[in-house]
Amino acid sequence: MKIAVCIKRVPDQDVRFKVAPGGKSIDEAGLKFDMSDFDGYAAEVAIQLTEKAGAGEVTVVSVGPDAVQETLRKALSMGAHRAVQLKHDGPVHDGAAIAAALAAELGSGGYDLVLTGRMAVDTQNRSVGAHLAERLGLPYIGAITKLDIEGGTVKARRELEGAYELVECPLPAVLSIDEGIARARYPSLKGIMAAKKKPMDVKPAQLGTAQYVLESVELPPERSGGRIIGEGPDAVPELVRLLKEEAKVL
Amino acid sequence: MNNVFAFAESRFGTIRRAALEAVTAARGVADQTGGQVHAMLAGGPGIASQAAALAAHGADVVLVLEHDAFAHYNPEALTATIAARVKGGYRAAFFAASAQGHDLVARTAAKLGVSYASDVTEFSVSGDAVAVKHPGYTNKVIQSFTLKAAPALISLRAGAVLPRESAKAGAVETISSAVDPASVRVKVTATEKSGGAKLDLGEAPVIVSGGRGLKEPANFKLVEDLAAAFGNAAVGATRAVTDDGWRPHSDQIGQTGRLVSPDLYVACGISGAIQHLAGMRTSKTIVAINKDREAPIFKVADYGVVGDVLQILPVLTEAVKKAKAG
Ligand SMILES: Cc1cc2nc3c(=O)[nH]c(=O)nc-3n(C[C@H](O)[C@H](O)[C@H](O)COP(=O)(O)OP(=O)(O)OC[C@H]3O[C@@H](n4cnc5c(N)ncnc54)[C@H](O)[C@@H]3O)c2cc1C
Ligand SMILES: Nc1ncnc2c1ncn2[C@@H]1O[C@H](COP(=O)(O)O)[C@@H](O)[C@H]1O
Repeated sequence: MKIAVCIKRVPDQDVRFKVAPGGKSIDEAGLKFDMSDFDGYAAEVAIQLTEKAGAGEVTVVSVGPDAVQETLRKALSMGAHRAVQLKHDGPVHDGAAIAAALAAELGSGGYDLVLTGRMAVDTQNRSVGAHLAERLGLPYIGAITKLDIEGGTVKARRELEGAYELVECPLPAVLSIDEGIARARYPSLKGIMAAKKKPMDVKPAQLGTAQYVLESVELPPERSGGRIIGEGPDAVPELVRLLKEEAKVL
Repeated sequence: MNNVFAFAESRFGTIRRAALEAVTAARGVADQTGGQVHAMLAGGPGIASQAAALAAHGADVVLVLEHDAFAHYNPEALTATIAARVKGGYRAAFFAASAQGHDLVARTAAKLGVSYASDVTEFSVSGDAVAVKHPGYTNKVIQSFTLKAAPALISLRAGAVLPRESAKAGAVETISSAVDPASVRVKVTATEKSGGAKLDLGEAPVIVSGGRGLKEPANFKLVEDLAAAFGNAAVGATRAVTDDGWRPHSDQIGQTGRLVSPDLYVACGISGAIQHLAGMRTSKTIVAINKDREAPIFKVADYGVVGDVLQILPVLTEAVKKAKAG
């Protein structure tokens, strides 16, 4: 099976972000970058599928500046076979524009499966997968938490609020991967060595026109400092009083 | 062109609160542009009965797509039908930022070849652009975008607009699917309730959440009891417990789970790891119960109680029941 995985390089989220001077973006100074969480799960799903089959090829693709090569290299060290950087300097926040570039690369590749993350954890747009599927003319199932492939048919599960649905479509297909299917593995030393020899193509990104433009960013209002009101079951009456009189939620 | 579209999400034959939020949002824009609100309902036989509530919240017209093939979510047929409808004809179209709404708005935008705004918490329409805000960077940063696409497709985060009554005619117009709904490639074969929760995490005004401090899965009964005492609460969990299979993944709150901001969030035996806080720190009021006075959850809690959650929960449940009754 030929599988493509779309990977976005994003800042590690375990930090307190700062706004860059001018207020148009976050301050990237000192931030570490890695693949977006869900893209890591997607890469893992793809690698496991080829490992299980003992055949197939996983291509990882990223739109971005040269720094994305580091992120693609990590996917290669996890077990992907080859990587493509669609080179574009400067930020793009419009999923439709990014999908155009990805589709231009993947359209003629003869892929059985194209995977994306459920969302990029920086933009939280959730738009690339559907746009990509439409441009490739393929069926799409978004935000899946379970995946079985049986004789050319994708069988997936999607979580709803307090419910779930089971969904099927034929291959080839575009799927976006949610949490719950697979956790991204840590690259082994052997994997890291092997990745150095794997192919990394660099091509210009054929982005679409952006209609969705980031104008400014700000930090949400800080929460006031925490307050401990008491200990043990004895604190319950005071808690209930505060919920009623101060917070007015009872 | 001044009309505004709203997709009225339903499940198991009943509209969801998100449907009323979408219609209310559309009403607000239509009042500004001088257009009409057209709300669309889709479902199996009987779904038309839901039209009245949409009219009460400001729909001038309710488009009803009633057919067996829509008893489950039928993403491709719905997308084709909505795209054909809104193309050229509407100023804006509102969807819910729910599992279904996220899916449908993305597909519709893709079908129309336009960009859209996802998970919107604030919006304003002026001239040919729409300004929106939505959180990014695991909810730690608020981003402001301009959307220059016609129609402007928007998915609204739960609670961004509260349902407001504003009675309009709600003339029912029966519509049919733009494509043969049986000929689609993507088929939903089952829709099932999961977990025991009656209320959805995204919609519940109160969330009671449990972590590893509950010690074992059976003790989640205490969390469920407290949720039941509130009556308007849903149950959430940390990744530590969803990973261990104590709770379904759909209950997970945090960076890689659900992002919620209820009026009240009660964290029971939860340490308050940064990835968990990313999903709930925008809650209006936060209560934390933890035996460790130094647990990071106390840094964000409005009301912290130090102690054994297994002892405190039953007492709190009784007290809440009493407060609710009185
Ligand atoms: C990439 C990544 C993404 C992640 N995404 C998420 C996410 O989306 N959501 C999420 O929740 N986590 C996420 N995590 C995991 C997160 O880092 C924490 O491990 C997790 O939130 C901890 O869950 P917990 O609070 O239940 O468990 P613990 O951290 O083990 O905390 C248990 C708490 O219970 C208290 N306790 C123990 N016994 C009692 C008692 N009898 N009474 C009262 N208190 C008691 C302890 O003092 C402790 O504070 C993620 C981690 C990574 C690396
Ligand atoms: N610059 C990019 N390069 C490659 N893939 C991307 C890029 N941006 C987004 N994606 C893919 O699209 C998914 C959804 O992103 P988004 O629509 O921005 O939330 C991500 O999880 C990635 O799989």
